[in-house]
Amino acid sequence: MKALVAKVAAAAFVLFARAITAVRAIWSEEGLPAKPCVYFANHSSHGDFVLVWAVLPPRLRHRTRPVAGAEYWLKSHTNAFIGRDVFNAVLIERDREKRTQDPIALMVSAIDDGSSLILFPEGTRNQTEERLLPFKSGIFHLVDQRPEVDLVPVWINNLNRVMPKGEIVPIPLICTVTFGNALRIAPGEDKEVFLDRMRVALLALAPKPVGSGE
Amino acid sequence: MTAASSDLVTLVLGIFGVLIVASAVGYLLERRLATDGPNAAVENLNARIRAWWAMVILIGLAFIAGRVGVLVLFAFCSFAALREFITLIYTRRADHWALASAFFLVLPIQYYLLWAEEYGIFSIFIPVYAFLLMPIISVLRGDTERFLLRVAEVQWALMISVFCVSHVPALLTLDIPGYEGRNVLLIAFLVIVVQLSDVLQYVWGKLFGRTKIAPNLSPSKTVEGFVGGVASATLIGAALWWITPFTPLQAGLLSFIITLMGFLGGLVMSAIKRDRGVKDWGHLIEGHGGLIDRLDSVVFSAPIFFHIVRYWWSLS
Repeated sequence: MKALVAKVAAAAFVLFARAITAVRAIWSEEGLPAKPCVYFANHSSHGDFVLVWAVLPPRLRHRTRPVAGAEYWLKSHTNAFIGRDVFNAVLIERDREKRTQDPIALMVSAIDDGSSLILFPEGTRNQTEERLLPFKSGIFHLVDQRPEVDLVPVWINNLNRVMPKGEIVPIPLICTVTFGNALRIAPGEDKEVFLDRMRVALLALAPKPVGSGE
Repeated sequence: MTAASSDLVTLVLGIFGVLIVASAVGYLLERRLATDGPNAAVENLNARIRAWWAMVILIGLAFIAGRVGVLVLFAFCSFAALREFITLIYTRRADHWALASAFFLVLPIQYYLLWAEEYGIFSIFIPVYAFLLMPIISVLRGDTERFLLRVAEVQWALMISVFCVSHVPALLTLDIPGYEGRNVLLIAFLVIVVQLSDVLQYVWGKLFGRTKIAPNLSPSKTVEGFVGGVASATLIGAALWWITPFTPLQAGLLSFIITLMGFLGGLVMSAIKRDRGVKDWGHLIEGHGGLIDRLDSVVFSAPIFFHIVRYWWSLS
């Protein structure tokens, strides 16, 4: 019963996201990797992973799990239902003190189980004027253990304008989700070099601001 | 079958005939030209023809569903157009509630007023009430950064996407003696003349276009395309007099005004796209770009057509 409700709710979220944003996917030339992979995206809204989820073809969507902060998604019954049951999120505890499980181990085991992950390496929602915050090191430790995993950069555009932090009514605006070509960690690549390379690859997908006259 | 519905059936069969011919030509072109790999121009043409089928069927279904169907269809057009417009304009956090009320308050009220046939308030609701309301809501958060620009852009988004578009279904509210129950054909007349004019300008331009008419705004618009398109659409409009309350001469004259407004509207909307640095308003209709790309000429001709007909033909 609960599983059925979760399924219906998931479909409703996707439908709602599409109705408000008319979201359009721009695929990379290579297309999507066939094997489990990690989609890493910019993070500016609560709806980010719903949008990535909504544009993925259904056969991939069912095997794709967002990585999200446990403290938020377990805060209430509703949050827990949405986070755990509807989106099947890999919930990680961001606060080191409260941790009982290693977040990297959780992600690795999800990949080993055949799931793809949606990861937001900025770690938290970007509320600044900067296009992209510095990356946290989680993604590095993940591929340090599974270097054969494809990393797909995903730029989510405009969703921060649809529902800025603290607002409850969404503004219907057209959003795009741009997928880049898959990347991998190079053998022996240094952490800072790797994180910077990933960040540059993601930024390269960001469209020029509208009205820039380009 | 009433006279109105039999005219509608004749019209729909005629449009289907045109589309069947277009589809056949598109198919032949694809066979002929696409032998060594796909041809982008032909692919776009065929995508456009397929989208035309969908649009004609959608409008046909709305006509069958009657007044409510037509209102819902154009309310959706307004919604999608407003979404495309506001996506391209400069807004700030402080405009959040103004934008929310444009979508969820102003738009539904405008279409409700049409449904209730409240012409007096319908005609001033956006240019008076909404235009004063938007800056009031935006100013409450105290953000003055480029304030005039933000206010003007939201107002114009409403003007184009909601106010102008709603004048197409507003044709249903006109009370024309001897034309009772047939108003839906006025919408058909307007839409057919505008869209044919667009298509014919494109065709004439492709065949004979030499002299660019406004190279800064739209590289594909030519003097030859403009003259040929306007002339042929005007003639076809005159030939469609039997679905209107007009004489053939009047129908031709109105078609001329409609096509002229449509052309100029297209130029204005191109200028906005140029300013914003985009090629299309959106991607809603395959081959056509966004909804506004298809609607731009209707937007400018609808209010003028509505008011001319209302002034000289309608009792209300």
